[in-house]
Amino acid sequence: MTTPIDPVSAILITILAAFTGYEVISRIPSLLHTPLMSGSNFIHGVVLVGAMVILGTAKTPAEQVIGFIAVVLGAANVTGGYAVTERILQMFDRAKKAEQGKPKGGK
Amino acid sequence: MVDLTSVLTYAADGVYALAIILFIVALHRMSNPATARSGILWAGAGMLVAIIVTGFNPDVLANGSALGTDLLLMLAALAIGGAIAYYAAIKVQMTAMPQMVAVYNGMGGGAAAAIAAVTMISGTSGQAYEALAITGGLIGAVSFAGSIIAFAKLQELINSKAVTFPAQNAVNMLVLAGAVVSGALALADPGVFAHVAGLSVIGPLGLFFILGLAFGFMMAIPIGGADMPVVISLFNAFTGMAVGLDGFATSNYAMIVAGVLVGAAGSILTLLMAKAMNRSISNVLFSAFGAKEETGTQVKGSLKPIEAADVAVMLAYASKVVVAPGYGMAVAQAQQKVKEMMDVLEQKGVQVKFAIHPVAGRMPGHMNVLLAEAGVPYDHLYDLEDINSEFETTDVAMVIGANDTVNPAAHRQGSPLFGMPILEVERAKNVIVLKRGQGKGFAGVENDLFFRDNTRMFYGDAADSISKLVQELKKL
Repeated sequence: MTTPIDPVSAILITILAAFTGYEVISRIPSLLHTPLMSGSNFIHGVVLVGAMVILGTAKTPAEQVIGFIAVVLGAANVTGGYAVTERILQMFDRAKKAEQGKPKGGK
Repeated sequence: MVDLTSVLTYAADGVYALAIILFIVALHRMSNPATARSGILWAGAGMLVAIIVTGFNPDVLANGSALGTDLLLMLAALAIGGAIAYYAAIKVQMTAMPQMVAVYNGMGGGAAAAIAAVTMISGTSGQAYEALAITGGLIGAVSFAGSIIAFAKLQELINSKAVTFPAQNAVNMLVLAGAVVSGALALADPGVFAHVAGLSVIGPLGLFFILGLAFGFMMAIPIGGADMPVVISLFNAFTGMAVGLDGFATSNYAMIVAGVLVGAAGSILTLLMAKAMNRSISNVLFSAFGAKEETGTQVKGSLKPIEAADVAVMLAYASKVVVAPGYGMAVAQAQQKVKEMMDVLEQKGVQVKFAIHPVAGRMPGHMNVLLAEAGVPYDHLYDLEDINSEFETTDVAMVIGANDTVNPAAHRQGSPLFGMPILEVERAKNVIVLKRGQGKGFAGVENDLFFRDNTRMFYGDAADSISKLVQELKKL
C-alpha cells in the first residue's frame, strides 16, 4: 500500500497546483473558453487511474462492481474528453489556414 | 538487490510527476490561440503514460494475480467506457459540442463519486482520509447528476427551459444539508441506521449519495439553456475538485495535482465566462433565468415578411451593413454563403462588419471559428462593446439565426433576459432578420425586435436564403 500523504505536503501541493491553474488560465480571450473547458475536462479524466487502482485492489464483489463502474466512467471521460477537445481545436486549425490562404490586400 | 515492488512504486510516482508536467504544459499551450492545437497532444501523452504505469501498480498486480480475473475485468471496463465515448464524440455534430463536454464531465464526476464510495466501504484509510473522500464524493455526485441534466437540456431530451417551483432555493439547501448530515453520519457511525426501517439497507452512505445526486439534479434543473455553458464550466471545476479530494484520500499524486489544477482553472474560467455575459455566478445559479414567462406584455406591431429581391436592393444601396450571426447560422452551415455575400457586397463598395455576441451559438468563440473557417478576415469581426456604438450609423443590420442575443427585452426590467448585454441591432436604420420560422429563442422569450417598424423578416433556412440573396445581388 502506498504511504498516506502527510498534511503539510498536502497543503503545499494544493496551494502550488491551485496557483498554477490560476496563472495558466487568467487573461485568455473568450474565443478560447470552450477549448479550455474541454481540455481541462480531459485532464480531470486522470480520475481513471484512481478508478483502476480501486478496481484492481477490490477485496469484495461490491467493491469490484463499483470499481468496474468507476473505470467505465473514467475511461469515457478520458477518450470522450480527448476526442471532443481534438475536434474543437481542429476548427482553429482550419480557421488559421483559411486566414493564411486569403491573399493580402484583396483582389 | 532492490525488490520489484518498490521499484514499481517509485516508477509510478515518477511517471505521475511527468504526467503532471505534461498537463501543465498542455493547459499553458491551450491558453494561446497559436499553440492551442498542440496542447491536447501534450495532455494526451501525459494521460497515456499515467494510465500505463497504473496498470503496473504493484498493489493492482498483486491483487490481480490473487483473483485471476481482475486484469480481464479492467480491460473490459476500459474498452467499454473508452469505445462508446470515443465513438459518440467523433460522430456527434459540431453544434452539439457543449453538451458532449457536459456528459464526459459528468462521467468523471461519477467516477470520482464511485472511488469515494469504495474508499468509505473498504474503510481502511483512517477517518481524516475518509472525510476527504466523502467530500469528494459529494462534489462528484453533484457534478455527475448536474452534468447529465445539462446534457439532457442542451440535447433537448428534456425541456430546456428553466424549471422552477416555490421556495426552490430553500428546498435545495435542505437537500444539501441532508446530504452533508448523512455524510457525517456515514463517517462517524456507518451502522447508525441499522434499526431504522427502510434506511437500514442503504445505510447513511447510500442516503448520502442519493441526496448528493438529488442536489446536483436540482441545482441544474432551474438553469435555462442560454446559461448552460457557464454551468457546465462550473461542474467541470467541481469534478476537478472531487478528483483532487479523492487523490488525497487515496494518496495518488497525479489525481491530487491534476484535480486541483482543473478545479482552480475551471473556477477562473467559470468566472470569466460569467463576466463575458455580464452576470454573476449567483445570478446564473439562483435567479432561474428564463423562468418567468412574460404573459402580460403586449407586443405591438406585426411581423413583416420580405423577399430576397427586396433584401438585395436594400443591401446593395447601403453604405454600411452589420451582420449579427447566431446559432441558426451554425445549424444551417451558412457561413460559406455569408462570406460569399460579404465579397459581393464589398465589390459594390458596401462596408460589411460582423457583430459577435460573446455567447452567440451557445459556445463562446463559436461564431469566430465558423466565420474564420469560411475565410472572413478577423478584422471584420467586432466584439459587443466595439460594435454597439456603430449601429446608430448602420444602414442595414442583418440578424442571421440569432434571437436572444439581439432581444431588446434585455433592457426591460422584469424580463427573464433583463441585464444580459445584447447587440443593439434595433438602433440600425433597417433590420433584416433571417429566421427559419416564428419560434422563440432558446430562453423562450418573445422578441419584440421582430415586430418593430424598421424590422423585416426573411424566412427560410439561412443557407438557402443567403444563396438566393447572393444571386439577386449579382443581378443588380
